[in-house]
Amino acid sequence: MPRLKPLAATLAALLVTPFPALANPELEKLRTEFEQKLKAVQENYETRLKEIEGRMAKTEGQARAAQTTADAATRAPATASAFNPEISLILQGRYHNAKGDGHITGFLPAGHEHGGGKGLSLDGTELTMGASIDPYFRGFANFVIDAEGKIETEEAWAQTTALDHGFTLKGGRYLSGIGYANERHPHAWDFANQNLPYAAMLGEHYIQDGLQLRWLAPTPMFLQFGAEIGQGVDWSNKNRPGSYALTAHVGDDVGTSHSWRAGLSYLRTKADHRESHWDDDAGDEAHTDFTGLSKYWIADFVWKWAPQGNPKYQNFKFQAEYLRRNENGDLHCDDGLCGGGIEDSYAAKQSGWYAQGVYQFMPRWRAGYRYDRLDVGTVNFGPAFTGVLSKPDFTPQRHTLMADYNPSEFSRFRLQLARDKGQQGLTDNQVTLQYIHSLGPHGAHKF
Amino acid sequence: MKRPFTLHIGAILLSLTALGTTPAHAALNVLACTPEWASLTQELAGDKAKVNSATTAMQDPHRIEARPALLAQARRADLLVCTGAELEIGWLPLLQRESGNAKIQAGQPGYFEAAAFVRLIEKPAVLDRALGDIHAAGNPHFVLDPRNLLKVADALTKRLADIDPANAAHYAARHQDFSTRMSAAIARWEKEAAPLRGVPVVVHHKNWSYLAEWLGLKTVADLEPKPGVDPSAAYLGQLLNKLKTQPAKMVLRAAYQSPKASEWISERAGMKAVLLPYTVGGTDKARDLFSLFDDTLARLKAGAQ
Repeated sequence: MPRLKPLAATLAALLVTPFPALANPELEKLRTEFEQKLKAVQENYETRLKEIEGRMAKTEGQARAAQTTADAATRAPATASAFNPEISLILQGRYHNAKGDGHITGFLPAGHEHGGGKGLSLDGTELTMGASIDPYFRGFANFVIDAEGKIETEEAWAQTTALDHGFTLKGGRYLSGIGYANERHPHAWDFANQNLPYAAMLGEHYIQDGLQLRWLAPTPMFLQFGAEIGQGVDWSNKNRPGSYALTAHVGDDVGTSHSWRAGLSYLRTKADHRESHWDDDAGDEAHTDFTGLSKYWIADFVWKWAPQGNPKYQNFKFQAEYLRRNENGDLHCDDGLCGGGIEDSYAAKQSGWYAQGVYQFMPRWRAGYRYDRLDVGTVNFGPAFTGVLSKPDFTPQRHTLMADYNPSEFSRFRLQLARDKGQQGLTDNQVTLQYIHSLGPHGAHKF
Repeated sequence: MKRPFTLHIGAILLSLTALGTTPAHAALNVLACTPEWASLTQELAGDKAKVNSATTAMQDPHRIEARPALLAQARRADLLVCTGAELEIGWLPLLQRESGNAKIQAGQPGYFEAAAFVRLIEKPAVLDRALGDIHAAGNPHFVLDPRNLLKVADALTKRLADIDPANAAHYAARHQDFSTRMSAAIARWEKEAAPLRGVPVVVHHKNWSYLAEWLGLKTVADLEPKPGVDPSAAYLGQLLNKLKTQPAKMVLRAAYQSPKASEWISERAGMKAVLLPYTVGGTDKARDLFSLFDDTLARLKAGAQ
């Protein structure tokens, strides 16, 4: 556009120059008139040109900003349904072939269990919902619907997002932050069943109704502390919350390919008529009911490897935990040799550990091995139980191999073979085939 | 046993709280989700910010875990600079929630989402997982159209000034300098890339769409049958047949993507397998946002010959 200006000037000059030699006054008058008009046109033209140039510069300056605003406007998916919680549904089922029924000799299992029948069966269907409640809280719930249609609330909590300074406070029903495996739902397990120490001493998970305060230290290394107060689900019905837990976890990266986390947790919980079972001296199942104090120490360690930190093609995960439980209280038993009912003191110091490794050797395929071992430790039954209940001379253990195929990150098919020696007098070779499908915007899993 | 343990924890907590109170004049602590945003923030903030990237160019940004080390970084961040458009959905929300850091939550000035300031392409008309790993908001790999970098830089400069008003003039000056250099570089790249216009290419994933749009490359096929779904041998076979009638010059993959599929098909279809940095750090030469495009163009031109 600016090129027009010199062009117009040249044109004017060309029109004017042929006439200067002529002295005719009329022509001279005409020429003056013409020059005046031309000058007016030229001036008018230049003013308008300047105007246009100015306008253009202004427009150009605004263009990028306007574009950015327009882009932002077209992008926003402003539908009311966008406020709906993220809902996801997890479908699980299995074929399970086993001789035993999952009894673990020498331990009073505690609380919550997911179970799982023989043959073809539907595992728990998990329904989860989560969303921000407002700028200060986030809410989450996980319901497990078992094969019979019974709904169990596994989690239902609200957590702060605005406390700042590294603090988060969670209240409601939640999976306790003790150990490593405790916070994982069955669909996120690397094997078809929970490890033996958890199954024998925590009933697969320790679920807490109460409050959890966590604090993440402002240090370059991950350092997190947690404190919980509440009531263990399936543990107690008393007015006073009888359970508290303290947790400490540290973790970091080593280079770009390795990362790890280690932790130590302490849980103290009061049992009030916690129901369970124990094989009596005649080998029959006696129903038990424990009231007293349970104290746990859990040490956990996880190490993950992925070449250059990219887990998509290959990765390896090692995980190990050690659990120790001291129980002290009163035990009531009935059925079997207990007959109509016997009650006396019960004290036990028991422990167990497991270690497992899962290797994704190529995209979609993983293979893993786990070893579980329990120590029945010292179990002291009160004198009333003499000849009825006694400590077995036995070490429960189990070897498990698994391979799974993952068509996408939302579906998984697993084959698991196990040699389970958890029940005295039985070597149970188990085969499990399992599927896990996850529908909807499934949230991220923790490390 | 109980009392000493609790006391011990209390003592640690106290000492760490003391340690955590940082001096008021420290540089801004910025955590970028991906290397390109770390580079851009560094360009705009200079020595007024300490910038870390949560991922490297060797890591698939879709598949990152909220590792303990990342949580520790998120805890101390004043500003989180991420792509958005669900690229980081598999790990970022967890990082924000577990960090206990109110500054970097969604909706706060300390959370910057670059996708909000650019026009996204390939928005799916239908949202169905049967279509693969699609992003509802559109294709999030917009960094490879450098014109988007200018837009994001405009917005990020404003955000830096909001968070750290004392240094607003510093950010504005650096922004002016960056924009001038980037605009000049874009003009140069567009001229250099003129011969690439219309060149047919095969892509590994839809992470090259913006680059192709900018340079006028013609994408004839994707190695992934659906976004995020790895190609099967059968699918690659079909693709090979298609490429016989509709040949391409090269097959493009990012540094974080496996070379297997592109090497297999390039050998059989008589085209070049070209590795592109995708982001800063993807190749030795791609050290910043400028050399990222210099190297990308050099590799594309070599591939097109």
